[in-house]
Amino acid sequence: MRQVYLDYSATTPVKEEVLKEMIPYYTEKFGNPSSLYTIGLEAKDAVDKARAQVAHLIGADPKEVYFTAGGSESDNWVLLSVANALKEKGNHIITSRIEHHAILHTCQALEKLGFDITYLDVEKDGTVNPEALEAAITDKTILVSVMFVNNEIGTIEPIKELAAVAKKHNILFHTDAVQALGNVKIDVKDLGVDFMSMSSHKIYGPKGEGALYIRKGVRIPSLINGGAQEMGKRAGTENLPGIVGFGKAAELAETNIDNHISHCRELRNYLIERVTKEIPDVFVNGPLDQERRHPGNANITFEYIEGESILLLLDSFGIAVSTGSACSSKSLEPSHVLASIGVPDEKIHGTIRFTVGDFTTKDDIDYVIDCLKKVVERLREISSVNSKKGW
Amino acid sequence: MGLYNDTVMDHFMNPRNVGEIEDADGTGVYGSPVCGDMMQVQIKVKDDIITDAKFKTFGCGSAIASSSMATTMIIGKPVEEALEISNKQIINELGGLPAVKVHCSVLADHAIKSAIYDYAQKNGKTYKGLEGFDPDADDDDNEEEK
Repeated sequence: MRQVYLDYSATTPVKEEVLKEMIPYYTEKFGNPSSLYTIGLEAKDAVDKARAQVAHLIGADPKEVYFTAGGSESDNWVLLSVANALKEKGNHIITSRIEHHAILHTCQALEKLGFDITYLDVEKDGTVNPEALEAAITDKTILVSVMFVNNEIGTIEPIKELAAVAKKHNILFHTDAVQALGNVKIDVKDLGVDFMSMSSHKIYGPKGEGALYIRKGVRIPSLINGGAQEMGKRAGTENLPGIVGFGKAAELAETNIDNHISHCRELRNYLIERVTKEIPDVFVNGPLDQERRHPGNANITFEYIEGESILLLLDSFGIAVSTGSACSSKSLEPSHVLASIGVPDEKIHGTIRFTVGDFTTKDDIDYVIDCLKKVVERLREISSVNSKKGW
Repeated sequence: MGLYNDTVMDHFMNPRNVGEIEDADGTGVYGSPVCGDMMQVQIKVKDDIITDAKFKTFGCGSAIASSSMATTMIIGKPVEEALEISNKQIINELGGLPAVKVHCSVLADHAIKSAIYDYAQKNGKTYKGLEGFDPDADDDDNEEEK
């Protein structure tokens, strides 16, 4: 059966060029980067090269890039370590309602330790308003953390403006850039952020690898203690093939970024255009201005039907997507992001996220539209609610 | 490997008894779209035997499969026997549901009883199986029974 993967925001396949770079580091170049003999030094060189590749993608100095086991670790590291280091100064942290759970659940853990967290409301399209940030700052605020690009509705946040507000008040600023990396041009110097979380597997690199950018001059304690790896900031023998793969993926992301953005935008726009024209009772969530939206993201609500059912039927046609429906989550909670932008619960349940990527073709989208029409029509026939009866 | 077993998938992919009965003898609606699932069950009754049942469901795969299975289980049964069907039996017939989806079978069970309750009300009938049954009871209260 035909397979169409439209969940690139969940994860991406490792590109052939990336895998090719990684393989020797599992076998003949397996040395420990901390060892002082030749294969150890070669491994160290490989880590340094990858560090330079990742740094280059974001306009950082290589010394400002620390490898971690992924985006979640990077997020945890910043929040927990800044909270711990600055707890004498203040106990207030500001974030937004639409962050990834790696941020939200870490904030909840900090609340239990006595920290005060402000969760900023967002505008209808998911934007965090810099004025709202300014208004939330108190003399106890020690950190602001706002995601660069929302993983569900694709909103690109005004990070430069938000960071400027934090800087004005001498407050550290972190951004979770997991969905932004490779999808938005990033220059950390221009943005003025102090910390930035990144992940490898969203940019056609391997899973289990990520990084944290820490601006030169900013010091935070380690999260993982032990050996002197990562300039003494992150202990544990390096995931050598993972780091090499992340580096190569970052290099490719930088080279391809213009093509990647225009390719994804074109297919995403085509998908949205056809769905909204050809399927009744649907609406798009998130920004409509493509400059303000993740290039591959389309988040669409199909009224009167439920997302897990849509997902399962699309899966039966070989199509992979994700949903904000409560019924598909283990917690049975509907998407907090869609709730934050004011989508009512019954409509959140019928929401599907499609994300296109480098390997998506126009033909794929045509196939998806064909199947989607059948799926939506079928589920609406079964549904106890419809456009005539209403909800 | 799948989210659901083959029986559940079959009843989701090829649901039995989808639709509405124009001159239904009893209609039951249960659940809420806000919570992610709402079922409507309609029945035809002749000589105290359920001769037909149809459903319409807004909900996830297991909600649709539970409604489908529940309607097949009551067709041809005397009303009193249909009332004896529990959500546990629906789950058993489906070959099991994931723990977080058990409430879908509760919903189906409740929707069936609501349809029979409506029939009983309209026809001045009393059934032992409806004693203490409240068609408007909260979903969560029912879930305790599992």
